[in-house]
Amino acid sequence: MTDLPQTTTRKMGLVIDLDTCVGCHACVISCKGWNTENYGAPLSDQDAYGANPSGTFLNRVHSYEVQPEQGPAQLIHFPKSCLHCEDAPCVTVCPTGASYKRVEDGIVLVNEDTCIGCGLCAWSCPYGARELDLAAGVMKKCTLCVDRIYNQNLPEEDRQPACVRTCPAGARHFGDLGDPNSDVSQLVAARGGIDLMPEMGTKPVNKYLPPRPKDTLARSQDQIDVLSPFLAPVAEDTVGFLGWLDRALEKLPGGSN
Amino acid sequence: MHPAPSVILFTTLSGLGFGLLFFLGLGMPEVTGKVAFVFYTIAYALGVGGLLASTFHLGHPERAWRAFSQWRSSWLSREGCCAVAALLIMGAYAIGAIFLGTHWTLLGALGASLSLGTVFTTSMIYAQLKTVPRWNMVPLTPALFLTLSLAGGALLAGQEGQAMGLLALAGLTLLAYWHQGDRAFAQSGTTLASATGLGPRGDVRAFEPPHTGTNYLLREFVYVVGRKHAMRLRAIGFGLAILLPLICLSLPISGLLAKHLLAALAVLSHIAGVAATRWLFFAEAEHVVGLYYGKR
Repeated sequence: MTDLPQTTTRKMGLVIDLDTCVGCHACVISCKGWNTENYGAPLSDQDAYGANPSGTFLNRVHSYEVQPEQGPAQLIHFPKSCLHCEDAPCVTVCPTGASYKRVEDGIVLVNEDTCIGCGLCAWSCPYGARELDLAAGVMKKCTLCVDRIYNQNLPEEDRQPACVRTCPAGARHFGDLGDPNSDVSQLVAARGGIDLMPEMGTKPVNKYLPPRPKDTLARSQDQIDVLSPFLAPVAEDTVGFLGWLDRALEKLPGGSN
Repeated sequence: MHPAPSVILFTTLSGLGFGLLFFLGLGMPEVTGKVAFVFYTIAYALGVGGLLASTFHLGHPERAWRAFSQWRSSWLSREGCCAVAALLIMGAYAIGAIFLGTHWTLLGALGASLSLGTVFTTSMIYAQLKTVPRWNMVPLTPALFLTLSLAGGALLAGQEGQAMGLLALAGLTLLAYWHQGDRAFAQSGTTLASATGLGPRGDVRAFEPPHTGTNYLLREFVYVVGRKHAMRLRAIGFGLAILLPLICLSLPISGLLAKHLLAALAVLSHIAGVAATRWLFFAEAEHVVGLYYGKR
């Protein structure tokens, strides 16, 4: 039955640092690569070299502009994949039992042999974490690289999700978020990690670390603005020909002041 | 949401079919023999036809039988179980009516309630989804499916008295659904700010999508084509599904042929109108994932 487990022994998941992510999309590519060449149906592309290419991805990086009340706008890169929710709506809506959440580590997976490709789990996910592969006709989603993290054939440093392993900025962290003493839990506590769309009641395991305040140097005047007195305008009044032109143009109707 | 023709066809036709089965199960009209055969053929063609149409949008239709297994948690699974149970029970009831000339009242009542249950479970597939605020309205969404199914069933069963009342009720439910649905997304409280968690820092704007092209999520959940005609389509759908059938039923005509022609017009108009409103049901529904793309 596709009931959710009451509790899971561990809560394996990702912590994504929005302060550090540089938006290089390396995690997108390594995810697509690993999950095409290894477990399950490959992540297909449609019309890959044509006019309207599209394809299946388990991880996508958005970019958002945040305009604070004061100061310049900030650009924030925002990787998004399955959050392996504790109260995952995608699992309970599944009519065949193909979607399930594992008791031992909390990873949400799809059994591709019993998935009928109805798409209802993707409808129920507020994060857009599930995509129906058009070539295979089955639902694809992040497996937290379940075929890497326990894989005894890989060197120990590679036993983490492909996206985490590949991130050149160290913006992605993998670990047990159910253990308050784990590195990832301590990171979340220290940086005030947040849930996406908490109002949906999905209780995501993955956490996002908000960007740190930027440009604080500019606010301490004595440090940064040593040159500013020299940069003040030297002439406020226009004189000579330009001054006459300025005054003459101002007398014409249609000016803004 | 993408208005897949197979799903619109399914919910429209099977809604009508199970509505008709509901009335037949209650002995309205109490038909036997050849007349009963015609009634049940229509009901089963609509109900089974709709169910078959719904399998067309599956990635693996050959595995559809697996969908009967998860009735404990999944509304989609419950719908499948309920539909098959209703069709089997009503099939036995129909055999009694067509070949033996008898009506097993208890069996009919059970079949009727299962038929109505099928329509209810269909509506709950949509009403359960928090991700689509316009659908996530209980009891309004189930009420909409049930009243339209009952009104259509009464029309097909030739129950003019009930049809008038049910059509009016369905019309009111439709208006309430549109009124409430237009406010649902704002009332859900989900915004780009809560979706990204960046709200406390300032105004959040989608700057760049993950890919230059489209993808499954945008095709399936961010369907905006035709929304600009929504108000016109609402008027057309309401007129065809509710008003025209009501006018047809209330015209004081005595001739048998004219009455039958008017009834046929009422039924056809109702089906076309329900299909139009069902198209809107999908096309107007906005999934919260669109927020991540700066779209609705």
